[in-house]
Amino acid sequence: MDSIIIQERLVERLLSPRTQAQRSHPGKLKDHEKQYVGFATLPNQVHRKSVKKGFDFTLMVAGESGLGKSTLVNSLFLTDLYKDRKLLNAEERINQTVEIIKHTVDIEEKGVKLKLTIVDTPGFGDAVNNTECWKPITDYIDQQFEQYFRDESGLNRKNIQDNRVHCCLYFISPFGHGLRPVDVEFMKALHEKVNIVPLIAKADCLIPSEIRKLKERIREEIDKFGIKVYQFPECDSDEDEEFKQQDRELKESAPFAVIGSNTVVEAKGQRVRGRLYPWGIVEVENQAHCDFVKLRNMLIRTHMHDLKDVTCDVHYENYRAQCIQQMTSKLTQDNRIESPIPILPLPTPDTETEKLIKMKDEELRRMQEMLQKMQQQMQDQ
Amino acid sequence: PKKGQSGLGKSTLVNTLFKSQVSRKSSGWNREEKIPKTVEIKAIGHVIEEGGVKMKLTVIDTPGFGDQINNENCWEPIEKYINEQYEKFLKEEVNIARKKRIPDTRVHCCLYFISPTGHSLRPLDLEFMKHLSKVVNIIPVIAKADTMTLEEKTEFKQRVRKELEVNGIEFYPQKEFDEDLEDKTENDKIRQESMPFAVVGSDKEYQVNGKRVLGRKTPWGIIEVENLNHCEFALLRDFVIRTHLQDLKEVTHNIHYETYRAKRLNDNGGLPPTPATPDSATGLSLQHVAPPRWE
Repeated sequence: MDSIIIQERLVERLLSPRTQAQRSHPGKLKDHEKQYVGFATLPNQVHRKSVKKGFDFTLMVAGESGLGKSTLVNSLFLTDLYKDRKLLNAEERINQTVEIIKHTVDIEEKGVKLKLTIVDTPGFGDAVNNTECWKPITDYIDQQFEQYFRDESGLNRKNIQDNRVHCCLYFISPFGHGLRPVDVEFMKALHEKVNIVPLIAKADCLIPSEIRKLKERIREEIDKFGIKVYQFPECDSDEDEEFKQQDRELKESAPFAVIGSNTVVEAKGQRVRGRLYPWGIVEVENQAHCDFVKLRNMLIRTHMHDLKDVTCDVHYENYRAQCIQQMTSKLTQDNRIESPIPILPLPTPDTETEKLIKMKDEELRRMQEMLQKMQQQMQDQ
Repeated sequence: PKKGQSGLGKSTLVNTLFKSQVSRKSSGWNREEKIPKTVEIKAIGHVIEEGGVKMKLTVIDTPGFGDQINNENCWEPIEKYINEQYEKFLKEEVNIARKKRIPDTRVHCCLYFISPTGHSLRPLDLEFMKHLSKVVNIIPVIAKADTMTLEEKTEFKQRVRKELEVNGIEFYPQKEFDEDLEDKTENDKIRQESMPFAVVGSDKEYQVNGKRVLGRKTPWGIIEVENLNHCEFALLRDFVIRTHLQDLKEVTHNIHYETYRAKRLNDNGGLPPTPATPDSATGLSLQHVAPPRWE
């Protein structure tokens, strides 16, 4: 019961600003009124505006197939995003490349609207030869940054759509002894472009001692390979003890060992999300069974905004700085005047347009050749 | 021998099968060894005894299989190893003064561990089994089956069986080698219903209903390895050891080995290859694999 109360309070914290304290002491208002300018209501105003505007969040999921990614996403957001999905068999997967598929869903809770976009990466890590299989994914993330950069530098900036990826859940197989080479390479390719939250998938096949050892092992390897996963920010010093305790537990549980489920089973007289085995029932929301609740709280209830902030302030700014540096070095090479607004190079045309351009170039060349021949002939005559 | 990516519980399972520490499994998960850069072949020999019957058991492990980013042709060292054992046997056989009991290092059975994704086989699984079902008896096994519910298990097994059939992969017991009707009925049932066996392995014992059983203790219950309601370990054990052990050896000798021999004779123009004398050069370039260590 305690955990429910704590969770309720966390939700309250998000929905109502800290000026709640003032309102609960109506008697004191009178004293303050004389020196009360009134801008303490600013957080309320911001709150009202943001609720009206709604929030958006883009979450990417990556990892080899069969690790329960779709099930987990459905469990996290209590939706069924993958109703019409067709699973490929092994032969079909031999020639499959990594795809990027987006699902967008609008959900609402207590009047707050959230536009949630899930970016799926089917095919990742499934082939016999997985060399650079993360390239389509890094390209996608870069494209979103580039798009935002253009929009930001453009003339009409009123309704910029933010498609940048705010968080990437990376699923690590519980069947290994730690990180596999493909895991390491993926995370190193992406850790400076997106917030990576590594997860241990299908954790119900591990007993508690195995989970502990696997988490330790993964943490060691993350350090060893210099992978920069998303760091939970430090608690403010004015937070209460319970919150700080929860925060500590959160940090110590990473990487989270999760289980997802699309089905509801009956356990101890209650209907819960879980998995029914001959030897017992695994409850997804039971903290003694897995870290699902911790992940959900972190992702949605406490750190969603921080994930977005880090994406904007760190990853995007890095990208932007790199971009501008590249462009200015090019400009100084060509000895042109520098302008305060960076002049972006023409967008790289897609393959269709490129083909067309190539075709037209070929035509031009042929026509020129013909012209030359005709001129020759005329001269000879 | 056993094949499959690392971490699928191969060592634990082999230890459970033979109820002894026949597989080099480091304590728990603290593997000091890193994932090897290429596929290695490690053979360890044991002599185990039961009821006065002694058995020389050689377990061949293939660490590194399927663990790299690029796993193209990672089955080749394994195929090569198997063929080398056939070659060794062949050379002994064609000797003028040959030994009464030729040392048999041929691989009688290959347990291939399939990852319990719940979806289907992986392209690597298909490639491996396609190539190797032609040279050795392959028994596909679904590893770490405690990650699937009964429903998921049944569906997954059906899908895997179908995929194997569609791709023309004949796992042991192969249909074409059924000797009589009795065999066929028995094996049909195994082929179409039980296989691939979904197994769970464990070397720890717990008290359940007054009995000590091998199992895995989770916060939501104890998984009993030898309980047929929980997993099919007992079926696999009975199949490999109690009913089909001799048949595995016979099929290896009468069919796989003979196929290899016929091919070699054909390649050599109908003549047998150079017999194994102490200082003769070998026909094939044997990769440097240490002979089995006996413990």
